[in-house]
Amino acid sequence: MQRATDPRASAGIVALAAIALLIGGAFAGLLFEGAHDLSGAWAAFDPYLLRVIRFTLWQAALSTLLSVGPALFVARALSRHPRFFGRAFILQLFAVPLALPAIVAALGILALYGRAGYFAGVLAVIGGGSWPGIYGLSGILVAHVFFNLPLATRLFLEALQTIPSDQWRLASQLGMAARPAFRLIEWPTLRAALPGVAGLVFMLCITSFTIVLILGGGPAATTLEVGIYQALRFDFDPARAVTLTLLQIALTFIVVLALTRLGANVVGDTNLPVAQRRYLSVNGAETWLNALLIVLALLFVVGPMAATVMAGLGADLGRLAGEATVRQATLTSAALAFLSALLSVMLSLALTMARRALALNCRAGAKTLLEHATDTGAGFVLVVPPIVVGAGWFLLLRHVGDVFAIAPVMVVTVNAVMAMPFALRAVRPAYDAASERHERLCAQLGIAGWNRLMLVDWPSLRRPLATAFAFAMALSLGDLGVIALFGSDSVQTLPYLLLARMGSYRTEDAAGLALLLGLVCLALIVAAHWLGRERVGDA
Amino acid sequence: MRDGAASRLEKGAPVRLDKVSFSYGSHGSYGEVPLVFDVEFATAKITAIMGPSGSGKSTLLNLVAGFETPQSGRVLIGDVDVSAEPASARPVSMVFQENNLFAHLSVEQNVGLGRSPSLRLTQGDHAAIAEALARTGLAGKEKRLPRELSGGERQRVALARVLVRDRPVLLLDEPFASLGPALRDDMLDLVAAVHAERGMTVLFVTHQPEDARRIGEHIVFLDNGLVAATGKADDFFTGAGPEAFRRYIGAGAGYSTSRDVARKRT
Repeated sequence: MQRATDPRASAGIVALAAIALLIGGAFAGLLFEGAHDLSGAWAAFDPYLLRVIRFTLWQAALSTLLSVGPALFVARALSRHPRFFGRAFILQLFAVPLALPAIVAALGILALYGRAGYFAGVLAVIGGGSWPGIYGLSGILVAHVFFNLPLATRLFLEALQTIPSDQWRLASQLGMAARPAFRLIEWPTLRAALPGVAGLVFMLCITSFTIVLILGGGPAATTLEVGIYQALRFDFDPARAVTLTLLQIALTFIVVLALTRLGANVVGDTNLPVAQRRYLSVNGAETWLNALLIVLALLFVVGPMAATVMAGLGADLGRLAGEATVRQATLTSAALAFLSALLSVMLSLALTMARRALALNCRAGAKTLLEHATDTGAGFVLVVPPIVVGAGWFLLLRHVGDVFAIAPVMVVTVNAVMAMPFALRAVRPAYDAASERHERLCAQLGIAGWNRLMLVDWPSLRRPLATAFAFAMALSLGDLGVIALFGSDSVQTLPYLLLARMGSYRTEDAAGLALLLGLVCLALIVAAHWLGRERVGDA
Repeated sequence: MRDGAASRLEKGAPVRLDKVSFSYGSHGSYGEVPLVFDVEFATAKITAIMGPSGSGKSTLLNLVAGFETPQSGRVLIGDVDVSAEPASARPVSMVFQENNLFAHLSVEQNVGLGRSPSLRLTQGDHAAIAEALARTGLAGKEKRLPRELSGGERQRVALARVLVRDRPVLLLDEPFASLGPALRDDMLDLVAAVHAERGMTVLFVTHQPEDARRIGEHIVFLDNGLVAATGKADDFFTGAGPEAFRRYIGAGAGYSTSRDVARKRT
């Protein structure tokens, strides 16, 4: 709090420098490559590119509509019934897609609705003829709705729960029926939350890579992100990759800018408080309708998960477990995800401490540039999707040496930075609250630096740090974006191996690996949730 | 650090604010109007600092403790200008209204931090801690966590730490405001006893006139960010105080009936 430089601020500067190096290096690679082959970059603007852009926007818009529209009603149904058996379980289930690897979900959807999926027979009868499978736009939409319907539902529910219970008491006293209650009480709240939620879903769909790669199924259904991957891994057309990447950055930048203007929560992680008591009687017909809505949404979300489990159990798990490649990939995945989560948590903690120290130091004056950087800088990384950072470094390192040798470093660092917004959400409130209680006491007693970290900060941050760590590890474990670019036979992670097995039509192997990956991530999310829930009582 | 200015001062040290001005800036609730303190506190005496909410009582203590930095002027403790010293280097102990303890550390450790910020305690330190705990009536509760203590006991732990720190100045920022009347009187008597023993200069912020009457020898009355009056407590309570003070404590001078003013959060 005093003039002497707070070591916490220095830690934040180091963290910021590391992040800036990672993202700046990627940009340097892109600009260097672009300047190198300017005509090639321009030549990339062909009708095909325009079609890619159009498809990117179109699928994102449709996905948003199909996710957010139903979510409004599912959220309302859940909020109308604050107490029923299994409600808490449904809400927890709706949190699972947030950290479930996209590749696992894509496989689950294929196992359910694919040409040889569990529902293929039924769908063929309905459609009258043979079921063509779910590749293309329809597959992408189903997958995006699978991920974003539960997310949007939770966000809307959170908004609905901010309605003061006095309003509900008043509504019930006035004998307000469901329809006017919706119009006068629920809809104004939902409408206020709508732009932010829709914007968030739109951005997630614009930057979605794995879903489109696996379910797109061809040049007709390709987005910018997949285009970058194809330009680098298949066409060896760096100039084209530069153009696509810059377009992708511009697109996400515009969306994020719009999002922050709308005041959206860009991370999409929700904290649902225990449902408060309601003073509203819901009549029989509405109860049935709400139950139907909830069950339908539940089936839609559970379906792919269940299909993943069933297909996975159908695989020859014993043989898979014995395979050297699988073991190697599992170990690689575990090690990289562990390091990535560790780095992510350390960067987040450094930024959190620096931000707090700076805020305390100059709370009277205007915010400094550094304070802004530690504050909003972390949110900024969302503008730069992993594949973009990966592409930049890929182009830069191409000139230096073996691109694939650097794979582990790239996977660890990029995933660490990408998980930061989530890690910060877990760590920052806990740190700020602890600091609020301890700051003056520490200053008074001269507890600073290492002493403070071990004696004061660590005990109050242990749990949030573990939550952040587990979540970051789950995200990193399931990521396909960076490893798709940098992976090779010598460095394979589980998602990469999964993709390779799918590519060589070894569907059973892929299903088995998806089950393994899905279970590990699920265990991590459950751990994160469990660690985040309990708080040590304070004095 | 604690062998700096602190140990050279045996008994209570004079505390003086020399034309100290301070402002929370445009973001603060004080607007742009700076607080100006120019006051000297009686050495080795208990001075009650009183005044309406927002008059700057806590800010004054924070300036002495080093939690706030004056825009101009000097903070003098024992005739040494400490304005530039960090809080931990000042010969000062402070007890807050709440959050005096680390929730995850035991009573013993919380007191021990007053001796060593890294909790590396010598044999002598342990003896001093045990003695301080006995003195404050906490013997046998060394291993307890703060949440296993009552509100009064937590503040006793804070006082025990004051004892082991042994600084010549003690700042009390409404430390007993959330305690019941009988318990508050016990705590005040404990402060008075500790003061009688160690003779430090005590600055005591309180909203309760009866607190000030019970242990305060002097009174500094703040109003609107300025020192409005100073003097002997007896004079203040016998009606010789300034008009603003009489208005502040109300008609039944000396007997505050309102409890809610004591609930101000710091």
